[in-house]
Amino acid sequence: MREVAVIGVGMTKWGELWKKSLRTIFVETALLAMDDAGVDRIDSMYVGSMSSGLFVGQEHIASMLADYLGQSPVPSARVETACASGGLALRLGFMEVASGMSDVVLVSGVEKMTDVSGYEATYALGSAADQEYEGYHGITFPGLYALIARAHMEKYGTTREQLALVAVKNHCNGSKNPLAQFPFEITVDSVLNSVLVADPLRILDCSPITDGAAAAIICPAEMVRKMNKPVIKIIGSGHATDTIALSSRKDITWLEATYQAAKQAYAMADKKPEDINLIEVHDCFTIAEICVLEALGVVKRGEGGKAAEDEITFLEGKIPVNTSGGLKAKGHPVGATGVAQTVEIVKQLRGEAGERQVKDARIGMAQNMGGSGGSTLVHIFERE
Amino acid sequence: MTTPSRYWREIPQRYRLEANKCKNCEITFFPPRLICPQCKNRELEPIKLAETGKILTYTVIRVPPHQFVDQAPYAVGIIELDDGVKITAQVVDCDFEDLKIGQRVRIEFRKIFQEGESGILCYGYKFVPE
Ligand SMILES: [Zn+2]
Repeated sequence: MREVAVIGVGMTKWGELWKKSLRTIFVETALLAMDDAGVDRIDSMYVGSMSSGLFVGQEHIASMLADYLGQSPVPSARVETACASGGLALRLGFMEVASGMSDVVLVSGVEKMTDVSGYEATYALGSAADQEYEGYHGITFPGLYALIARAHMEKYGTTREQLALVAVKNHCNGSKNPLAQFPFEITVDSVLNSVLVADPLRILDCSPITDGAAAAIICPAEMVRKMNKPVIKIIGSGHATDTIALSSRKDITWLEATYQAAKQAYAMADKKPEDINLIEVHDCFTIAEICVLEALGVVKRGEGGKAAEDEITFLEGKIPVNTSGGLKAKGHPVGATGVAQTVEIVKQLRGEAGERQVKDARIGMAQNMGGSGGSTLVHIFERE
Repeated sequence: MTTPSRYWREIPQRYRLEANKCKNCEITFFPPRLICPQCKNRELEPIKLAETGKILTYTVIRVPPHQFVDQAPYAVGIIELDDGVKITAQVVDCDFEDLKIGQRVRIEFRKIFQEGESGILCYGYKFVPE
């Protein structure tokens, strides 16, 4: 396998982008990544998108986006693992460069979620659960994570305040990220008094509906060394699955796919959890960040709730988590999220994260998951 | 929207609780499977689900999908049946405040939702406290 590095990243301001179409959001973002990398052409591309079909009625966006990026006839593929689609795009690009098949690959993600009504968006997101045996009974995505939250609180004594602190921390970080959808701080009280969505989860426990894209250019590390640019290598990649239905799992509070994907990534990178300087995790709901930290081995099983309370995951803490603001504050255009995590880690490892810069960051990790945890991608990055 | 064939196909499970069981490791699957994920055995025998169990976890849905708008708020739980199978369904005929983990419940056959004015009336299982 060849060593692979990220040579360019791109992201534009996320939010409700009424004036911009899916293709415009994508092309603007991909061009930023190409400019950052200093390339005007690519060998191939991957686009993570969970549901362009349900969100904008457009399938076959691989062809459309390669065309509008001015790169046809390069090979282009849209890939999907629900909200982990972006992470999957990164992994497939990584494999393609590592194998020697291609040199310069664009990995990206995009989702345009506000062209449909709230009900239609809820339906599209719900299609990442088991339609016949979960959705049929009226469960929603916040509902599935609420089931996890209630079980975690019962089993480990995790508190409502600990959940709130995850959102408070991520908004605090997001207030330092000008590209975030919600770049402002919130308080524990505001979370606890926000409207209930699915008990015990409230609206401020939930990531929002977002339009946005993220992109990265990856290539052989040797190429970056010759160009005298910072070499941010992808040193570990893991991908695993779990049952699609939450109810089928042995332990409803445990994210086995995250555990398995992390195990693969740690092994490939030859790193342990304590070697990691910062992590971007998939906090689609506050409880998710808590369970993910446990499955990544950052804290012991059952102690995810304490991590935010003890502030070890805060920007100044032992292991900063979601310096970008996470899905909660930065926004969650589902297919783009996994690649946006890469953008954040690369900025941090280059020392370009501004007000939210983690001091001496050298090794970063990103965890991106789909559905209620049925798919997970984990990547580890290191600055040479 | 559910087509009649898609709805009809799931009737053995939704109306009659038909599951199957690995002949080798004796785990029950609902819905039925063609291969046991545990031991990879493909010999499975039909079995009917237990009709009683206990609440493992629950929530109250306040922001529902559109087919459930007229029902919200409503409780949904994951129930562990007495045969070890875990399923997701609504818990009804109870006050939300009285719901608790470990509570005994039993299956009843109920209407789940209806698809608009002239669509399919969708039936299936819900849980009620014992
Ligand atoms: Zn078996």
